[in-house]
Amino acid sequence: MPANIEVKINGNAVQVGRDSTILEAARLANINIPTLCAHPDLTPWAACGLCVVKVEGSPKQVRACATTVVAGQNYITHDPELQETRRTVLELILSNHPSECLKCARNTTCELQQLAADFGIREVPFTYNVKRLPVDDSTPSIILDPSKCVSCGRCALVCQQLQGVWALEFLNRGDDTRIAPAGGVLLNESPCIKCGQCSAHCPVGAIYEKDETAKLLAAIRDENLHVVVQIAPSVRAALGEMFDLPAGTLVTRKIYAALRKLGCDTVFDTNFSADLTIMEEGSELVARLSKGTGVLPQITSCCPAWTDYMEKYYSDMIPHFSTAKSPMMMQGAITKTYYAEQINKKAEEIYSVAIMPCTAKKYEITRSDDMCASGCQDVDLVLTTRELGRLIKSMGIDFVSLDEESADSPIGKYSGAATIFGNTGGVMEAAVRTAYKLVTGEELANVQVDAVRGMDGVRTGSVDFKGTEIKVAVAHGMVNVGSIMDEVRAARDKGEEPPYHFIEVMACRGGCIAGGGQPYNTDDAVRAKRIAAIYTDDEISEVRCSHQNPEIIEIYEKFLEKPLSDRAHKLLHTKYQPRPLYVK
Amino acid sequence: MAIKNYILVCGGTACESIKSDAIYQNLLEEAAAQGVAQDVQIVKTGCFGFCEKGPIVKVLPDENFYVQVNPGDAREIIAENIIKGRVVQRLAYKEEGKKEAAADEIGFYQKQYRIVLRNCGLIDPENIEEYIARDGYLALEKALFEMNPDTIIEELKTARLRGRGGAGFPVWMKWKTTREAESDTRYIICNADEGDPGAYMDRSTLEGDPHSILEAMTIAGYTVGAHLGIIYIRAEYPLAIKRLETAMAQAKSMGLLGQDILGSGFDFDIEIRLGAGAFVCGEETALIASVEGKRGMPTPKPPFPAVAGLWGKPTVINNVETWANIPVILTKGGEWFSSIGTADSSGTKVFALTGKINNSGLVEVPMGITLREIVFDIGGGIKDSKQFKAVQTGGPSGGVITSEFLDTPIDFGSLIAVGSMMGSGGMIVMDEDDCIVDVAKFYMEFCVDESCGKCSPCRIGTKKLHGILDKVTKGKGTLADLESMQKIGTAMKKAALCGLGQTAPNPILSTMKYFEKEYLEHINLGTCRAGKCKELVQYLINPEKCTGCTICARKCPSQCIAGTKKKPHVIDQALCIKCGDCLSNCKFGAISTY
Repeated sequence: MPANIEVKINGNAVQVGRDSTILEAARLANINIPTLCAHPDLTPWAACGLCVVKVEGSPKQVRACATTVVAGQNYITHDPELQETRRTVLELILSNHPSECLKCARNTTCELQQLAADFGIREVPFTYNVKRLPVDDSTPSIILDPSKCVSCGRCALVCQQLQGVWALEFLNRGDDTRIAPAGGVLLNESPCIKCGQCSAHCPVGAIYEKDETAKLLAAIRDENLHVVVQIAPSVRAALGEMFDLPAGTLVTRKIYAALRKLGCDTVFDTNFSADLTIMEEGSELVARLSKGTGVLPQITSCCPAWTDYMEKYYSDMIPHFSTAKSPMMMQGAITKTYYAEQINKKAEEIYSVAIMPCTAKKYEITRSDDMCASGCQDVDLVLTTRELGRLIKSMGIDFVSLDEESADSPIGKYSGAATIFGNTGGVMEAAVRTAYKLVTGEELANVQVDAVRGMDGVRTGSVDFKGTEIKVAVAHGMVNVGSIMDEVRAARDKGEEPPYHFIEVMACRGGCIAGGGQPYNTDDAVRAKRIAAIYTDDEISEVRCSHQNPEIIEIYEKFLEKPLSDRAHKLLHTKYQPRPLYVK
Repeated sequence: MAIKNYILVCGGTACESIKSDAIYQNLLEEAAAQGVAQDVQIVKTGCFGFCEKGPIVKVLPDENFYVQVNPGDAREIIAENIIKGRVVQRLAYKEEGKKEAAADEIGFYQKQYRIVLRNCGLIDPENIEEYIARDGYLALEKALFEMNPDTIIEELKTARLRGRGGAGFPVWMKWKTTREAESDTRYIICNADEGDPGAYMDRSTLEGDPHSILEAMTIAGYTVGAHLGIIYIRAEYPLAIKRLETAMAQAKSMGLLGQDILGSGFDFDIEIRLGAGAFVCGEETALIASVEGKRGMPTPKPPFPAVAGLWGKPTVINNVETWANIPVILTKGGEWFSSIGTADSSGTKVFALTGKINNSGLVEVPMGITLREIVFDIGGGIKDSKQFKAVQTGGPSGGVITSEFLDTPIDFGSLIAVGSMMGSGGMIVMDEDDCIVDVAKFYMEFCVDESCGKCSPCRIGTKKLHGILDKVTKGKGTLADLESMQKIGTAMKKAALCGLGQTAPNPILSTMKYFEKEYLEHINLGTCRAGKCKELVQYLINPEKCTGCTICARKCPSQCIAGTKKKPHVIDQALCIKCGDCLSNCKFGAISTY
């Protein structure tokens, strides 16, 4: 840990880390410097020009976001002159931005709108010059509206630096600058993996999730449809933020209640299928380990953005990929078969809805024919956490005061292992808990697997399966996956032992708790709180391991027979195919 | 057979574009045909600087200076000058009202002092031996065997050399910081991304004396501990690139570049990277991004390249003109260099003198010379005896300097004090026919085109400023627009990310300061005194002077002039496209502009 140094913000001493920026130092001193491009997840891009501050004794103004503090230096963050500069820069930005707040995806959550409100902008003294550029709604997940873009660069940086996807790039120069896939192709023709981190980081409404809430209302209205809904593990740790609850408030049972209030007929939990995934994926791993069926390491496949990335950037890893579908798709398939049978409905009569932290999930439901294992589309609609939050508000539901309810049976119960699917390391930990039982025949004494917890982008470790060392690796934030894949590839090419047996990958930093569809203003502090909530949910669970979930035991007895059975394969497993980076 | 004469033919880009290569070839053929091939050595050199009168041919030792030479003149030059020893009068340069002048007497050269351009127009840039004959690579030898990194930096400190790219940062400090920055690898970069409108100092230096740059970069490599240098040069400079490549190959073959230079054990190599011509890539962080294969966009400083530059490693980055000074400083000493110029700025500065001036061209002057000397003594005054209006230095980042400041000595500090800046060396002279608002608009248009688009103050600010200027030149400006320009300009200076955006408002702010009256005339009176702003110009026929000759009506392309023969004509203002054909064709002075 680098030692702290003392600097002054407007004359007040503050202790900060040696590598802190002026912006970070000011925040520690409870001083808010306006910014539009800076984001704690990203290296400073220094584009917006709003965070200029004065360095005492220097004639130049510097950017607080990109300037490292110097010990003993006094920084002036606010005075009338700075205010005038900021106001002019803000007016310049506003003069190129459509004043269409009322029908914008970011109305009331827009950072530019907030700045305009704070600065009391009543008119913009410069000529309006809003470029009307075509909206890109080519993907099922996100919409890019370049007319609203303020060129802050956050989306491109997150796409390049955190995700390593490089779907978004700056095109053209000067006044014609816009952000879009290289070559000006559409997003669905680009390497975009639909993770939606761009939409979670955009300060304005230039790139946002496709809002499909109307489809849910239409389905609820349709008397011929039985609406069944599932909620993903991480949604329960984040949705509360949209109702001003502190980050990390667990709202699982309020969500069940809200979904029933909205008019959904049956409320299940994706966590049930997270347990199911562990049974299938864990058994697959055990098969690979013991019977030599398939290659090692086995790599998790529950993240659709990662799957898409692998198919584009690492398609030679297809044999390593677990064939198990994601929990959401398993839940959809089981809903439209096992559950449909129980309520005497045909698959077509069920409208299957998933509440997800993720925009890529909107893509996943049609990614291949395997997503129609029930004979029709297994999941009909995906709503992100943000969409659900808005829908709850618009439907007049007072979320915070809702009574707590339970999920429905027979596919609504979950173990603690399932809920930790929501954060990085969780799938691995859940798999270890069950694989240990499958391999050794014994239960793990301490189910908390510290080796795979934490926030480092890549974590490796090993777990002792009674004398057998199982080597594992966890990566999150798509850009971090490269080093592990390269390791695997190198060993494979040289014919050496694989460096790992099992690898977990989640596309987003922190895992699904910080997915592209989660509430805005996610940073590492928020991530930590959501992760803590998820682990709490695990700890308070009666059952901590997937194979102990009574509804899981029941479904294998009644319907699936055993993991990797023919029926399980038909409903719960899928295939992969190489995909080109650019379609054109 | 001894060589009696040397014929130097300018091989700079400007002269090559008007057939100087054909002159060179013809001279070779004629010398052979007329049997004097053994008596004369014909050399294609770099730029002479006197581009106004190109192509230039100079005959030594007579110092006969021929201007605007055609390929067909080769026969006469050989026959008259070389064989008969007589000056070819019709080609010899004559200053107004004077007889022909020998090259060393020409006014254009009188106040110049050539350090950077020492070899330009003198040696064959494609022949390393000619460079060596002029003390080339002596400085490198001295650096490697007689000096050490500390003494080299000390020498530069004594010389007080400041970077010639525009900002004027002390060179020794850059080198020292790079040398002392902790790292396993360091790099040297030559910034040859010359981009100011009308500027070609660096191109000419590279074309005329490429070895001086290679030598200087190698010295820097030795000094700071770098083993690779990059020359970042615009792809639009093919001749400079070719000569650099030739020079690099020659230097390598002679052990002056590459492994174990001169047996010293020091390795240094140079690579060329072509830029696509973006002005912003002259900004060092954007240049580095471009070299790394990224989009050419600046990043905030600090960290400065001397600490974290190319690939994050400490990097010395200087521009061509700065590099060209280095070898001379080492051979002649820092004291000597420091004795030239002013207390603020030592040495010389090369300017590309253009605009409404008689002798446009490349000039190198000692720091401290006044603008008046450059414009009137070297530049020969304003074309067509018009009135001097202003001179723009610093290109799109600089400002105008008016006649009241003509006696300002040229150095970094003085130019900033009068509201302009040194810049990289563009110097554009304006006369009474130039509209100051139009000039400001020209520079802003350049900045709009060249803004990289990264930071909002520059991306949006340049566009807004240009829009307002456009309004003003069309007579639609308001007094509030002047306030807006001041406001935007001030914010850009403070909040733009890089030098391009921070200085882009300078031409506007400076012209608004010194020529406020002209702005107000455009706004309040709807007039443009220079007649440049077409929308504000009205062509009127004075009925008292018009003889009804009908020539204007017949020449008018929009047929907006009516009238019968021998009766005064009238222009229909609604149809007039302000082409000015009527004015230029009227023989009776009956048409004027308002």
